[in-house]
Amino acid sequence: MRAFADLLERLVYTRSRNAKIKLIADYLIGTPDPDRGWALAALTGELDFRTVKAGLIKSLTEERVDPVLFKMSRSYVGDMAETVSLLWEPRPGAEPAPQDLRLSSVVDRLMALSRAEAPLQMSAYLDAMVPTERFALIKLATGALRIGVSARLAKTALAQAFALDLDAVEEVWHGIDAPYTALFAWGEGTAPQPSHEDIPVFRPFMLAHPLEDARVDLSQYAAEWKWDGVRVQLNHVNGETKLFSRTGDDVTASFPDVADAFQIHGVIDGELLVKGDAQGTADQGGEAASFNALQQRLGRKTVSKKMLTEAPAFVRAYDILFDGAEDLRALPWEERRRRLEAFVPRLPAERFDVSAIVEADDFDHLAKIREGARSAAIEGLMLKRRDSAYIAGRKVGQWYKWKRDPLTADCVIMYAQRGSGRRSSYFSDYTFGCWTEAGELVPVGKAYSGITDEELRFLDKFVRGNTTGRFGPVREVEKTLVLEVAFDSVHSSKRHKSGIAMRFPRIHRIRNDKPAAEADRVRTLEAMID
Amino acid sequence: MAKQTLGDWIKPHPTGIYVEPGDFWIDPSEAQGMAVVTHGHADHARSGHSHVMATPETLAIMETRYGEYPKATPMAHGEIARIGEVDVGFVPAGHVLGSAQVVMEYRGERIVASGDYKRRADPTCAPFEVVPCDVFITEATFGLPVFRHPDTAGEVQKALDALHANPERCVLIGAYALGKAQRVIRHLRDLGHHEPIYIHGAQEKLCNLYQDLGVDLGELRLATGRKKDELQGTIIICPPGALNDRWSRRLPDPITAMASGWMRIRQRARQRNVELPLILSDHADWDELTQTIEDIGPKEVWVTHGREDALLHWCMTRQIKARALNMVGREDEDD
Ligand SMILES: [Zn+2]
Ligand SMILES: [Zn+2]
Repeated sequence: MRAFADLLERLVYTRSRNAKIKLIADYLIGTPDPDRGWALAALTGELDFRTVKAGLIKSLTEERVDPVLFKMSRSYVGDMAETVSLLWEPRPGAEPAPQDLRLSSVVDRLMALSRAEAPLQMSAYLDAMVPTERFALIKLATGALRIGVSARLAKTALAQAFALDLDAVEEVWHGIDAPYTALFAWGEGTAPQPSHEDIPVFRPFMLAHPLEDARVDLSQYAAEWKWDGVRVQLNHVNGETKLFSRTGDDVTASFPDVADAFQIHGVIDGELLVKGDAQGTADQGGEAASFNALQQRLGRKTVSKKMLTEAPAFVRAYDILFDGAEDLRALPWEERRRRLEAFVPRLPAERFDVSAIVEADDFDHLAKIREGARSAAIEGLMLKRRDSAYIAGRKVGQWYKWKRDPLTADCVIMYAQRGSGRRSSYFSDYTFGCWTEAGELVPVGKAYSGITDEELRFLDKFVRGNTTGRFGPVREVEKTLVLEVAFDSVHSSKRHKSGIAMRFPRIHRIRNDKPAAEADRVRTLEAMID
Repeated sequence: MAKQTLGDWIKPHPTGIYVEPGDFWIDPSEAQGMAVVTHGHADHARSGHSHVMATPETLAIMETRYGEYPKATPMAHGEIARIGEVDVGFVPAGHVLGSAQVVMEYRGERIVASGDYKRRADPTCAPFEVVPCDVFITEATFGLPVFRHPDTAGEVQKALDALHANPERCVLIGAYALGKAQRVIRHLRDLGHHEPIYIHGAQEKLCNLYQDLGVDLGELRLATGRKKDELQGTIIICPPGALNDRWSRRLPDPITAMASGWMRIRQRARQRNVELPLILSDHADWDELTQTIEDIGPKEVWVTHGREDALLHWCMTRQIKARALNMVGREDEDD
């Protein structure tokens, strides 16, 4: 428990992404099973103890500490777990926890705990522990670490610790439960890579590079629309269907209409869209609403009937990874495309279609077509090398995305502040940042416009639920949410730590589907300075 | 004759405490005719007064910072002077070198203005003395039960541990130039660190003064202008404001530490980009504040500044009369 508490403590004070990865990696190497597996589960947000809620910790504390002083302390400190860890008054004569109290023994105990036993056990732990351990215990037990470590970062650390391929880790991750002993055994070379032939596990996505100023030869590259939805993977095997987002999150529960309609053994990659007000014409493959319509469906654990009828979802397929048990990923794109075109018609037509190929005489012609696409559902074009295999991640020269203007960048929201006037009760002013080459997030701009009321409510809720710090009116938030920011131009600026300033930045849209680590780099913005 | 209320001869103002029958101010933040100053920190000791009374150490500190005052009266701990109709004396406050509580007697009432204080041992200054009184005027900088400063040596040892674990880096400790810096250095020496300690130029004068006044700080060197390799594996002390400024960029991959009571709160530490928080303050923590009130047993407690709400509430639950004086500009952001 002490080692896990120390890890959390050091992560809190570490800013650079690389340094965080190293801290976690060192911990995973130096800690025995099953402790390290439970720590990894805690860091990736996979632990859920139902019997310990924040309310229990609060009432236990009020039994020990004057409730008025507790309340004042809490409003000063901000974080409940931290407040309790600091002001908890141990019962006189309480024995300190043994130095070698193991994380796994705490986890085992918390899992077996009944609601009736919880108060006594939690106070016994709090009595016995030092403040850093109390902090770790409360964070662990109430299920929200919020220490600026994403699941992706923790998995990256795991891959780095044992020199594993990150995509391979992602691929096996979803079939293994905590404490992941099979995963560590694989990492340490004492067991083969775990395989999942009969469960629908996440298969890492193939991603595209921005085209920037390059040109491609259309005899080597095919073009298709880049739809403004959410990239998803559908996976059906053995009677079970799963829907995964780009980050590998299981979003099946948010889109039961689509998942239920996908009942053929195989894995496809496509864009999840919501049927709406007729943007996109027939030759572009059907009707899709703008991203805002989809926004209402995202992030919901359960979906109402009303929503299912008012905003029905469908998937526009881009690619096929598995046809039955056959792994197609090594085949050239053209071959997979033929297989996709044969596969999709077997699915219900009201839920699935294939993203059309955009035919053009040459590159200039294609540029004109791109300029002419005014549908809100179209984000730009994708250019795919005709012989490209489906390779996890971004491989140079294979796939390009060619977005429409204006300039946009994917930034991570860092701070928020209340707005003024009509929006004064909402956190509506956002400071966002991009990554430096050293892996540190630095602010690149601030915006308070461009969002719909729906998005405002979403962001406000995000800020309130993910606050990691308060400085006067400013909230610091978990660095996990990506905002696509549109702006007119970029200038160099000595006043900002990032060295750049954006002109007229506005929030273009919220990218819940994008991991923070994949937000743009400051260097990318520097390249836009004119 | 109207009934007198306890301590009504003392007039608290946002800018300081005015003692009417003696016609003097305690720690005024604006220039006054006569100022009795508890200690040398800038939020208590200002320039511009015509006449200053303080301990000899505090006067030396004030002169180092502000130059000479037209009239300065040194008064050592234990001496008593009559100012107007008030008997005034100093007793140690344990805060920084020279820091004093002001003990005042008038009309049979005794009032103690403690300035800033702490209770735990500090090798650079005399320990706090408990003086029973009718009204105890206290600060409440760390007046919340979340503030409990751990053992000082243990915190300073963290800096040495970090240094030994990272011999190719340096440990840069942000510490208030008066009191904190010298206390950290003294503790480092007591823990067996005898190598030269590097300091920021802004701390040189006060460190020299401490040495002159008999606090042995060992060999100190200025950090500015040194080559990176000379500073590898060393401890460097700088004002908190220099931790993240251009000055520190020339150092060899510093481990950024800060010695302050605020470091108890994670966000405070993160806000200052601190990698290694050292919880170490020259102010009383929650337990010291409440213990002091219990030890003194005053009829009334007056709170000058800090988290006074919580301390007032605590006094109320113990049936001790208490009020807030709402002094402004006294928050020690760095201590
Ligand atoms: Zn002070
Ligand atoms: Zn002060």
